[in-house]
Amino acid sequence: MIDHGKIEKNLGLMLVLTMFAISIGGLVEIVPLFFIKGTVEDVKSAEGIKMVHPYSPLEQRGRDIYLREGCYLCHSQMIRPFRDEALRYGHYSLAAESQYDHPFQWGSKRTGPDLARVGKKYSNEWQVQHLIAPRSMVPESVMPNYPWLMQALDTSDVADRMKALRTTGVPYSINKAEYDNNVKEFGADVAKQLHIPDAQKNLIEQAQTGKYDGDASNVTEMDALVAYLQVLGTMVDFSKLDSDNFVKFR
Amino acid sequence: MASVAIGSSEQYNYDVVRKFTIMALIWGAVGMLVGVFIASELAWPFLNFDIPYITFGRLRPVHTGAVIFGFGGSALFATSYYIVQRTCQARLLSDGMASFTFWGWQAIIVLAALGDVLGYSQGREYAEMEWPVDLLIAVVWVTYAIVYIGTIMKRKEPHIYVANWFYLAFILATALLHIFNNLAIPVSLTKSYPLFSGAQDAMTQWWYGHNAVGFFLTAAFLGMMYYFVPKQAGRPIYSYRLSIVHFWALIFMYMWAGTHHLHWTAIPDWTSTLAATFSIMLLMPSWGGMINGIMTMSGAWDKLRTDPILRFMIVSLSFYGMSTFEGPMMSLKDVNALSHYTDWTIGHVHSGALGWVAMISFGAIYHLVPKLWDTKMHSTKLINAHFWLATIGTLLYITAMWISGIMQGLMWRAYDDYGNLQYSFAESVAAMHPYYAMRALGGLVFLTGMVLMLYNCFVTIRQAKNVPSLAASAA
Repeated sequence: MIDHGKIEKNLGLMLVLTMFAISIGGLVEIVPLFFIKGTVEDVKSAEGIKMVHPYSPLEQRGRDIYLREGCYLCHSQMIRPFRDEALRYGHYSLAAESQYDHPFQWGSKRTGPDLARVGKKYSNEWQVQHLIAPRSMVPESVMPNYPWLMQALDTSDVADRMKALRTTGVPYSINKAEYDNNVKEFGADVAKQLHIPDAQKNLIEQAQTGKYDGDASNVTEMDALVAYLQVLGTMVDFSKLDSDNFVKFR
Repeated sequence: MASVAIGSSEQYNYDVVRKFTIMALIWGAVGMLVGVFIASELAWPFLNFDIPYITFGRLRPVHTGAVIFGFGGSALFATSYYIVQRTCQARLLSDGMASFTFWGWQAIIVLAALGDVLGYSQGREYAEMEWPVDLLIAVVWVTYAIVYIGTIMKRKEPHIYVANWFYLAFILATALLHIFNNLAIPVSLTKSYPLFSGAQDAMTQWWYGHNAVGFFLTAAFLGMMYYFVPKQAGRPIYSYRLSIVHFWALIFMYMWAGTHHLHWTAIPDWTSTLAATFSIMLLMPSWGGMINGIMTMSGAWDKLRTDPILRFMIVSLSFYGMSTFEGPMMSLKDVNALSHYTDWTIGHVHSGALGWVAMISFGAIYHLVPKLWDTKMHSTKLINAHFWLATIGTLLYITAMWISGIMQGLMWRAYDDYGNLQYSFAESVAAMHPYYAMRALGGLVFLTGMVLMLYNCFVTIRQAKNVPSLAASAA
């Protein structure tokens, strides 16, 4: 039997043993996930194009607004592999689908419904009206009104944001070599959106053509947030994939 | 520094303990008031008033920050500084550094709250503060560690008292968790992006989030318990051997359990199974703490008849036992399939937060205040009234959340005769309303008790004749 008195009388030993005891759990459970290949599934189309890609500048700005308002506190973005969730929300969420989410927004509470596959489920007009006054679309809702989203979007730092994300590992491109690599991995249309030097131009163009808030004359926070919501869960085309394809990754 | 001049006439530095005790009371009241308000917003959404700074989404982290780090944190600083000095029979290593931890910690709470309402948030629960505040936390925390460890190094009694093992583990673990969970790339002073993403980020966040509970809200408060329960009961700790076994088991096992927040999500099955296994095993060292605390009162049960402080303590340990039974149950994957995303999780959190953390803090502070100001409590009747309000408030809260949480879980998975979903999501929201109202009421009852405590303590402090030079009685 260890004489615990020896540990109690030796502060250094106490500190070392405590550090050792508290370090093991994280090392065993988390560190391997950065090295085990199947942690994030490789989801490719038949042509070898990666289906999941980083957000466009407008969508990323929308995501930053989602974080700012604390939307994740009432809405989850993680569908579980249960029958009732498949019926209510769609295919269960893959790890691949949130691989570019810095931070993840899987959420821990459903005061409101899960949003992992809310993309294109409702029209832009519905989304705008619901965000401005939720109870006008869903009388039972307890969500706050968000009328201030109609204010202009500050687009001045969008390139800086993408550069910071690039440092974390998100494959936004900064030069031609990276751009060409993105064309190979994600296809030409997506690669265009990921190019940092064109960020502000792309953002304004997407807001104008998308007409998310119904007004093409200026870019609002509403444009950004709705653009983000409308892309959620739409990147993976499950109809093109074998239904049992992902089971082995769990 | 006038405060140091007064303090240096005492054998120990009680000045910083007094300061943290007062702020614990204030943050408790503020944090609980915000809690009642956001609970009311869910029941009556017009209370958001179309004002961006007070929406539920922005105020919720103000509530969690104020109660966990403001109230809980200040109570831990106060009690750890008090206990380490008395059990080591040594004055704090440095008055200046201790004072820095006080002002630094208060600045952190205020900055965090301001950031939350202005929307400067990292989007991580219980770690919303952006990187400049995270850096300040790191500096304050390292200073705290130096003061605490340095004081233990000065000890006259060679054995480190058990309460200090728990505080040491809490200080070390919090540093580890804070550093790794807040790794981020800044864009500006008010915006950064976390280094990790997706599944790895989820694992990191809940390793942090669960162990914030395990070390900040559990291990540290067990340290508090291990000093104030024997003191108040006038009895020795029940079992030395139990304290050893459950201490090492607790601090080892807690770090594996965090992934139970992610059952059935896009993480590999094996991490989920590991977390569930360790969460179940964690019941044992947790109950070790409960048993050791409650059985310490053996031989002093009659004091429960007349001492409301001891009542706070034994009820807090009972809630601790209940919560650390409920938690492992909710960590079972099949139970979690129902409970995850529902109000049951919120109920569980608050049975631990109100029943265990708040109540043991109340007991410790009521014990401390007369000693720190060399006086008697203004009113024992008010302490007793507080005890009943706290207990009833907690029970109202958790009962409301048990009903609403389980109801939600069942409604979401209900099928009709044709195999379609029985309820729309909106119907489940409508069904929640009476329980949201009941929960707000429970919180209001609990807050009322807190306000009584604030009043009782402030009158006590005001009527104290002088800032004392406490007789240097051995711990």
